[in-house]
Amino acid sequence: MGELRLMKGNEVIAEAAIRCGCDGYFGYPITPQSEVMETLMDREPWNETGMVVLQAESEIASIHMVYGAAASGKKVLTSSSSPGISLMAEGISYLAGSELPCLIVNVQRGGPGLGTIQPSQADYFQSTKGGGHGDYRLIVLAPSSVQEMNDFVELGFKLAFKYRNPAMILSDGAIGQMMEKVVLADFIPRLTAEEIDQKYGSWATNGRKPNRKPNIITSLEMDSARMEANNIRFQEKYAKMEAEEVLFEEIQCEDAEYILVAFGSSSRICQKSVDIAREKGIKLGLLRPITLFPFPKKPIAALAKRVKGFLVVEMNAGQMIEDVQLAVRCDVPVVHFGRMGGIIPSPSEVVEALEQKLIGG
Amino acid sequence: MTEEIIIAGFGGQGVLSMGKILAYSGVMADQEVTWFPSYGPEMRGGTANVTVILSDNRISSPIINEFDTAIILNQQSMDKFEPMVKPGGVLLYDPNGIIHPPKRTDITIYKIEGTLIAAELGNVKTFNMVVLGAYLKAKPVVKMDNVEKGLQKSLPSRHHYLIPMNLEAVQKGFESLELVQAV
Repeated sequence: MGELRLMKGNEVIAEAAIRCGCDGYFGYPITPQSEVMETLMDREPWNETGMVVLQAESEIASIHMVYGAAASGKKVLTSSSSPGISLMAEGISYLAGSELPCLIVNVQRGGPGLGTIQPSQADYFQSTKGGGHGDYRLIVLAPSSVQEMNDFVELGFKLAFKYRNPAMILSDGAIGQMMEKVVLADFIPRLTAEEIDQKYGSWATNGRKPNRKPNIITSLEMDSARMEANNIRFQEKYAKMEAEEVLFEEIQCEDAEYILVAFGSSSRICQKSVDIAREKGIKLGLLRPITLFPFPKKPIAALAKRVKGFLVVEMNAGQMIEDVQLAVRCDVPVVHFGRMGGIIPSPSEVVEALEQKLIGG
Repeated sequence: MTEEIIIAGFGGQGVLSMGKILAYSGVMADQEVTWFPSYGPEMRGGTANVTVILSDNRISSPIINEFDTAIILNQQSMDKFEPMVKPGGVLLYDPNGIIHPPKRTDITIYKIEGTLIAAELGNVKTFNMVVLGAYLKAKPVVKMDNVEKGLQKSLPSRHHYLIPMNLEAVQKGFESLELVQAV
């Protein structure tokens, strides 16, 4: 077993990146995720593993530094919070269009605009439906504990390289700021250029080898027929993710009559709501999507055949509910409960909403 | 066992550190723990609070609106958190700076003269450890040797020479708890 520590979610992102052989971090400070870069600067991994850590002049610069490093096959990370991710949107679209693997961490805060620094989940649409321009998808992982903040760094990189696609950890201020026990992963050495070619194929622009054409990394294709072919390839890739990479957790769903659907910190609150409801005699279960894209449509559709209704609990005005409704296909009612602007709902508030909106309604 | 605690006071009193040391003590006792701070534009002199949960089982919500124990170190926090103690729960406060003492009749109330004791010990910075000691007398959720281990884990090694002084403050607080009201 690895080393046991008590750490903040943000600190763990930094430690996990160093330990999984990350080559570089480029970022710009913003609350509530600043501890990611603070921890990296404190750890000085350039002395230990050779990992580069650089505070860029802006989020726009950081995401394009990620693009450059990712194009050379490197394992690169950036992190920000909601307004900073909006600034990165153009670069993220370019990364997706150029099929570059990287890991982006969004420790969400309340919006829109500069909003608040308190936790929120209002970037669900932005993360799962695009955010930048064009038909692209990110692999989106939603941790609900500090341990998962640790685990999803390695998982995010693994999926990003498997599909040559940007991956995102969609966290929020609550998970980023809270401390929990975490078992850290063992150190994995950084890869050399030769090892990158061996492991991922030779698409990276890390120096042309004899007997092969130069690699070109670009999202630009002026020939529409070829651009459509690129898009078809991307869509096939996203379909493969939907077929093979869905992750979710079911808590007390076996005998449930009603189901809460919640991700990230909301799902932690909902675990307690399930206990409160069951003490009151309400058979309540919780389905927690772990991958938000690909979304766990099938398990929700399966539950829709035998439960009386779904309450989707999010710290936003109702975003993931649209994906739940698509999966349920009107078989049973799907209603929403959310708090906005940095307010975190309490477990008992969720049970009251369940009783009013679903059981009583 | 699950113990859900709010520690609330002024920034600079060591509220977050006290929570961290308590959480680390729980880790040393092989418990599940969460530590969730109020974060924001707080600074020294503003209000600060932290929710700590210690449990033998997996912890569901790290964010709660009812507490087994409230440790209250200023009037603003008294106004905000006294109503949020579970019936039958515990409220521990330092009377220094409290104008309106707690009025609830359905909870156990303790007080600790943390500010005075820390001054008598000769280092006001040990205030939070005095309060921690008093809390552990009221609610022995972790053993003293785990607190020592917790201090070792949560303090950087350059500060380890301060551990004996902190443990003395914890012990003094442990001995100085005063019961105000039992239920």
